[in-house]
Amino acid sequence: MSVLLIQVILIALVLAVVVRLFRSRGARAQAIRRVGLILFAVFAIVSILFPSVWNSIAVLVGVGRGTDMVLYALVVAFLSSTVTTYLRFRDLETAYTRLARRIALDEARQPPPHEDPADS
Amino acid sequence: MGTSASYDDVWLVIPLFNEGRVIGDVVAEARRTFRHVVCVDDGSTDGGARHARAAGAVVVQHPVNLGQGAALQTGFEFARAQSGMRWVVTFDADGQHRIEDVVAMVDLARGQQLDAVFGSRFLDERSTPGWAKRLVLRLAVAYTNATTSTRLTDAHNGLRVLSRDVVAQLDITQNRMAHASELVAQVGAMKVPYGEMPVHILYTDYSRSKGQSLWNSVNILAELILR
Repeated sequence: MSVLLIQVILIALVLAVVVRLFRSRGARAQAIRRVGLILFAVFAIVSILFPSVWNSIAVLVGVGRGTDMVLYALVVAFLSSTVTTYLRFRDLETAYTRLARRIALDEARQPPPHEDPADS
Repeated sequence: MGTSASYDDVWLVIPLFNEGRVIGDVVAEARRTFRHVVCVDDGSTDGGARHARAAGAVVVQHPVNLGQGAALQTGFEFARAQSGMRWVVTFDADGQHRIEDVVAMVDLARGQQLDAVFGSRFLDERSTPGWAKRLVLRLAVAYTNATTSTRLTDAHNGLRVLSRDVVAQLDITQNRMAHASELVAQVGAMKVPYGEMPVHILYTDYSRSKGQSLWNSVNILAELILR
């Protein structure tokens, strides 16, 4: 079995997404994400103006048609988006937990007066 | 069993989530030996907090359900604000732990100057979990021992005695099942003396119906790896 260029690229991209799952802290990761988003937008406009660019890329990396190439790109983009959402939710949950804990502890320290006085 | 006065520096932390059927009895039983019991109500919807309070526990209420790990950490933070606290005991709300075991563990920690004593179901043959549960627990122990600097026979036992120093440093961020391994890992990283004690777990039908399933071990593993 001969390895096509597209296979190498896809495997590398999937691995990059997995790496991101484990180490994704800091301003650099965020900057890379933003640059990536801008490049994505630029390429989107280019591919709207010149749809044949997908075919050229497909031929270049060893995929039959441009539509297949779009599908592959979509799968990787979806995976990346899933990971980003997961990380965002995890951070959110940490903040949410701290907030809920603060409320719980503050309430416990000052028992509301309308509850039975035996436990204050 | 010792007099209640000698255990006034012990705080029982009981994470509570929809155990209204049994929590009143559990707290009342515990309070015969331990004056200080704090129930962290993790957003129960069955009025369990009321029963716990009526039985004499201090109740800290999460406004929403966060998970058992989060409830433990809340209990730790509550307990370390109490000036007379020397020991924290984590205790399950469903009545499967025995007060005699807690007393023995606290006495062991005091006698041998240990900073942590973990209850273990596998040091003797008294407890009888089913084979599936035994497999899950063994796997959890193997993973915990492999990834932390501790050697324990049972990493997922809810019964633990922790010193004030340990509780002051603990920061459990795993809200759900993986908190048990995280706790062991953090204690291991502190390089403090710790021990294990065989405890008897009462596997009642009630506790069995709520216990960890085989599927849960998959969740635990995922939560531990993706932290």
